[in-house]
Amino acid sequence: MNKNIYELLGLLVALSFILALKGLSAPKSARRGNMIGAAGATLATVVVFFAPLGKDSMGMAKTHHNTLLILAAIAIGVLVGVPAARKIQMTQMPQLVALFNGVGGGAAALVATAEYLNLGKDASAAEVVATVFTVIVGCTSFSGSVITFLKLQELMTTRPVVFPGGRFVIAATLAGVLGTGAWTISSGGNTPLLVMGGLALLFGVLFVLPVGGADVPIVISLLNAFTGLTVAASGYVLQSTLLIVAGTLVGASGTILTRKMAEAMGRSLFGTLFGAFTAKPQEAGAAAETRSVKSGSPDDVAILLNYAQRVVVVPGFGLAVAQAQHTVRELADLLTAKGIDVAYGIHPVAGRMPGHMNVLLAEANVPYEQLVEMEEINPTFPQTDVVLVVGANDVVNPAAKTTPGCPIYGMPILDVAEAGNVIFLKRSMRPGFAGIENELLYDAKTTLLFGDAKDSLTKVVNALKAL
Amino acid sequence: MTSMAILTIFALSIFVGFEVVSKVSTTLHTPLMSGANAIHGIILVGAIMVADGATNGLETTLAILAVLLATINMVGGFVVTDRMLEMFKGKPKAKKEEAK
Repeated sequence: MNKNIYELLGLLVALSFILALKGLSAPKSARRGNMIGAAGATLATVVVFFAPLGKDSMGMAKTHHNTLLILAAIAIGVLVGVPAARKIQMTQMPQLVALFNGVGGGAAALVATAEYLNLGKDASAAEVVATVFTVIVGCTSFSGSVITFLKLQELMTTRPVVFPGGRFVIAATLAGVLGTGAWTISSGGNTPLLVMGGLALLFGVLFVLPVGGADVPIVISLLNAFTGLTVAASGYVLQSTLLIVAGTLVGASGTILTRKMAEAMGRSLFGTLFGAFTAKPQEAGAAAETRSVKSGSPDDVAILLNYAQRVVVVPGFGLAVAQAQHTVRELADLLTAKGIDVAYGIHPVAGRMPGHMNVLLAEANVPYEQLVEMEEINPTFPQTDVVLVVGANDVVNPAAKTTPGCPIYGMPILDVAEAGNVIFLKRSMRPGFAGIENELLYDAKTTLLFGDAKDSLTKVVNALKAL
Repeated sequence: MTSMAILTIFALSIFVGFEVVSKVSTTLHTPLMSGANAIHGIILVGAIMVADGATNGLETTLAILAVLLATINMVGGFVVTDRMLEMFKGKPKAKKEEAK
């Protein structure tokens, strides 16, 4: 293929990615934006097989290698990736995104390593620096993403993992990574690069372990931006403008997105990132709770709802886990039919990630107008008779306002305590994802209905119909 | 390509990246992250280039593994983003749900 045409097509693909990100920023154009991005990526993948090849150092025209192997690897990748993306429950989607991000980072690190081996002594200083950067960040992103996956999948504890002297271990690992990086740059050779990659993998694990469950989305977003930058650095080594542009776009937009998420959650980005270096072991579980809570029957809840004028539903991840989206909509429809004003109060991070709950409720065909964002719903709580908290905890925990030093302190919350009555549908007294006790559960205006969210809601719906 | 040209492209891309997402609503944070995640799957192109030029067994193995991982990232990323966004489009009257 003609070199000019090849590069022109590359430019077209880069533009398609800009349009994709632009489209993804607005609800109306989001799906089209994603399609444009996918089309661009497909075009780029096809075109690269027809890339014009230069001449090798002997002046001989280069030839294509491994074409069949490459096609086979792509086929396997499609066979793994597409079903995973299609079959995944929407509730488990954040960890899948984390995993996809991790393999992307791993791929970048492998690309840089293979190209480094290929260039051998011919690599320029700048190329070695770019390689070192890609391998370090790619490996960190890979192992860090695997840990976030394990945390979100609850295959390991969601609480911050902190061990005595942990911060020194992390600092030492980081120093080791940078040291071996400098070693690779100064002396070249394969051993330093290998050691560096190993240490970077370890660093990724240590970096994410101390991050508490509530901060995990921020870390995923950050690792996502990191992976973008590694792609840009590989683009430099491979002399590919497309990779430079696409990687930088993701790196830059990912950084902004990470900051916006941190703002929405009221978290300091700095605190999240350097939590690893500052976290202290927390005393596990303070005094055992002996205070009593008021628990009610489905009938009690139905009566409370029946005589309300305004009800706000606060959905949380528990609702999604119980697959209760459809039942909660049935309840809301029933209440609306009785002339009761119903709205859903959506916390920016309800679910596991910003916007996750909107996706889950949209799946259950909840009317979009009923989903009210936090800033708009908070002033209406004093006029609300009943708040129904379904499987949420941290996002309504007043400790975020009243207890400096607790892991969610400073996070904006839904002020459900302002409402007349609060009903919690919970499986148990177990604290939320962030692992913090919720004072509101012991409040006089709070009623608890224990059990699986879907069962409980079904019982409430039946009780309400019987009234 | 000269270093200056690369630096120019890099700097301009940063600003474009900042600009395009500056007005995203909270609702779309998750799909946007996922979409950006799919876009960096374009490392697939780099992986193919390296595999294409690989001359020995080790290089080939690393590059082919990279092709595999990058494909999962790219294809899976776009598909899962589409699934998320599919749910945002209006509310169709037909209550047919093929979810699950």
